[in-house]
Amino acid sequence: MLYEREALDTPEWWQGLDEMIERQHEQYPESVQTALIPLLHYVQNAFGYVPEKAINHIAQALGVPTAYVCGVASFYSYFSLEPKGAFTISVCLGTACFVRGAQAILDEFCRQLDVEAGGTTSDRIFTVSDSSRCLGACGQAPVVMIDDDVHAKVVAQDVADIVAEYEARARREMQAREERARADARSHVQ
Amino acid sequence: MAATETLAELKDAAKPHLEMEPERPQLLVGVATCANAAGARKTRAKLVEALEAAGLTDEVDLVQVGCVGACSREPLVEVRTPGEAPRMYVEVDEERAVEIVEQDLSGGKPIVAWLIDEGERIGEPAPHQTMARPGEINLFTRDWQNVGFFERQFRIALRNVGRIDPESIDDYLSVGGYAALAKMLDEMTSDDVIEVVTGSKLRGRGGAGFPTGMKWRFTAAEEETPKYIVCNADEGDPGAFMDRSTLEGDPHSVIEAMVIGGFAIGAERGYVYVRAEYPLAIRRLEKAIEEARERGILGENVLGTDFSFDVSLRLGAGAFVCGEETALIASMEGKRGMPRPRPPYPSQSGLWGKPTCINNVETLANIAPIILNGPEWFASIGTEESKGTKVFALAGNVNNTGLIEVPMGITLREIIFDLGAGIPGGREFKAAQTGGPSGGCLSQEYLDTPIDYDSLREAGAIMGSGGLIVMDDASCMVDIAKFFLTFTQDESCGRCTPCREGTRRMLEVLERISVGEGEERDFERLERLCNACTRASLCGLGQTAANPVISTLQHFRDEYVAHIDDRVCPAHICRALLHYEIAPDPCVGCGLCKRVCPVQCISGEPREPHVIDIDACTSCGACYEACKFDAIVRA
Ligand SMILES: Cc1cc2nc3c(=O)[nH]c(=O)nc-3n(C[C@H](O)[C@H](O)[C@H](O)COP(=O)(O)O)c2cc1C
Ligand code: FES
Repeated sequence: MLYEREALDTPEWWQGLDEMIERQHEQYPESVQTALIPLLHYVQNAFGYVPEKAINHIAQALGVPTAYVCGVASFYSYFSLEPKGAFTISVCLGTACFVRGAQAILDEFCRQLDVEAGGTTSDRIFTVSDSSRCLGACGQAPVVMIDDDVHAKVVAQDVADIVAEYEARARREMQAREERARADARSHVQ
Repeated sequence: MAATETLAELKDAAKPHLEMEPERPQLLVGVATCANAAGARKTRAKLVEALEAAGLTDEVDLVQVGCVGACSREPLVEVRTPGEAPRMYVEVDEERAVEIVEQDLSGGKPIVAWLIDEGERIGEPAPHQTMARPGEINLFTRDWQNVGFFERQFRIALRNVGRIDPESIDDYLSVGGYAALAKMLDEMTSDDVIEVVTGSKLRGRGGAGFPTGMKWRFTAAEEETPKYIVCNADEGDPGAFMDRSTLEGDPHSVIEAMVIGGFAIGAERGYVYVRAEYPLAIRRLEKAIEEARERGILGENVLGTDFSFDVSLRLGAGAFVCGEETALIASMEGKRGMPRPRPPYPSQSGLWGKPTCINNVETLANIAPIILNGPEWFASIGTEESKGTKVFALAGNVNNTGLIEVPMGITLREIIFDLGAGIPGGREFKAAQTGGPSGGCLSQEYLDTPIDYDSLREAGAIMGSGGLIVMDDASCMVDIAKFFLTFTQDESCGRCTPCREGTRRMLEVLERISVGEGEERDFERLERLCNACTRASLCGLGQTAANPVISTLQHFRDEYVAHIDDRVCPAHICRALLHYEIAPDPCVGCGLCKRVCPVQCISGEPREPHVIDIDACTSCGACYEACKFDAIVRA
């Protein structure tokens, strides 16, 4: 089973992006470039990464070369140019977590999911981040963030349970989506 | 109408979630990133449920606050009942939440064993308002000054964190918030403000320690307009969370200071550049800005005067170098976050080429109390050259991890062994790391060095922004140096060669040493690389990148020697230097090691001693951790 993100790629979404560009133009008339990073955040939030289509769109709207937008997006580790899994596992590798054994936890996630750090599982459920730096919960080290959930004081033995929990969640979501699609199809027939 | 009168009206109309003198019981739940990680959201939901079950929903106020700093004891729940000293419950999971409601709130019987002070203050009357300082009211001093973990602390920047609802401007107003702003607008000129800040001798808390008053004066002296004030909330040091906690727990204190700073330098616009990794801080800042606008504190005619000022947020995107001021400006302008040579300084030519003053979050959080209490008061705290307090994020191998604010001049020993309650697991202290990737590791000999900008620099570390990581004797200092160099090498923006190449070469040497391929000449090689990187790099990142190497070489040279000459890692961390064997006598042949081994290199019949195939072994240590009979020998 291959996990796929729900398509956000609707005309309304692109219209929303254009409206945001418009607002930024008004706010910073003297420097359109200023809008770039907020726009990339907006795209990344929606898709989980920055697709090529969005890069072209933004470059055109701001009147800057595509290469420039790519250059900025690739400079910042927060933006990804590759699609990500449904859940991104970020094992904090900040100093506090490192001193408390975070590397072993990261290794364990990679081992159990059979991916390298930075990679995405073949079912596209998980991406294991390779660049997670302090999440600001150092007092609870080592910490692992998965989407917005922060798991505190994680030990290697917790890893299997954590993986199972999110896997189940992804499956439930896909199931619900399938059912919705089937219901939609039925109502079309009627 | 004067600003103070406008403010008085706002304060009168305020409906704070936390009353100064509560007439009915209050439950304070710490809701911050650290607390949420520990499960505070569940605790809070359970409290709501338990209050309902006990029929107390309408009689008890449940209020969220920021993190009071005792991170290792979270989730924290504080119970306040009229006239009594507050009670702080620690490690409140769902089960404890129910008990607290049933026994303490309903039954009137506090559960002594779960209290942070173990019940020391039960029966004492509520502490008195007269203990209030600094600012109008310092709730922290009033409530917790004499209790264990808090006793050695002195809270100025964190005065309200954990004491008020950060999502309510009314709470901030009711504890004297925006009083400094109103006082300034009514009574002071911009020169007066700069005079006061200069007189306080406040130095920047973002790392470099530059006098804040002087920075404001330079920006104020520029003719060019518009000018900008930027709050640096990029908090890049991995292992530090002072700024996060301040923004999550008391966002208005930073906004108030930005308006004051804007007035002083002649700016009408401020920006907070905040890490995208801090979603809760971002949400609370947004809320704070919105409420301040609604009350007429931000926007046109601040508090009814003819001064106008507004603040907006800009998000970072995960680049450490963007904490550096010129890179931060580039990033705000929508470019790659690369530093540029200074001069010109941002005070001359900053954001969009205009005069810009950049201050750190904690620096700003000190401003309002300084305006209210005067420069002499602030300068009376701390040491000769380093005034006031410093917030430290205490983490790593120490019992009490968390956030502390202490007067400058306190020693490492006091922080680690008094406030931090020592090293867990019966292990020994080995090193304290301050200043993050730009800082250094201090050994045992420095435990009694007073902490201030200058002593730390002399000792080979730096104050930095306030990360303080404690390491026990199970840490390998070569590994730690390698860790920091991996970080800086990765974060080097690549613009200048000394930093880009220097960090890479240093890392290569460290990697060789850690796998047992080091050679005598590596000492010299490292020293040369450190020197080049420090002297020739363009920005602070490269100029300080070698510090972790220099300080470990200086204070822990024998560990390098052990790795290079004897090919051993004394702390048993560097994997390639470890060997595992099974001692036949204690081994009972339970087979557990065989099952956990990820590379199947352990063999043996049930109930017979097992053996490890040394050639196939990857030294991962899984068997060593798993064995219940101490039969695996590590060397
Ligand atoms: C590589 C690098 C990273 C930095 N990161 C931060 C940071 O995360 N937060 C911060 O306030 N200052 C940081 N600084 C320091 C800033 O350049 C600047 O000195 C500071 O924000 C000024 O504020 P202050 O005078 O209030 O300390 C960094 C400097 C360097 C060289
Ligand atoms: S070092 Fe991991 S949360 Fe700070």
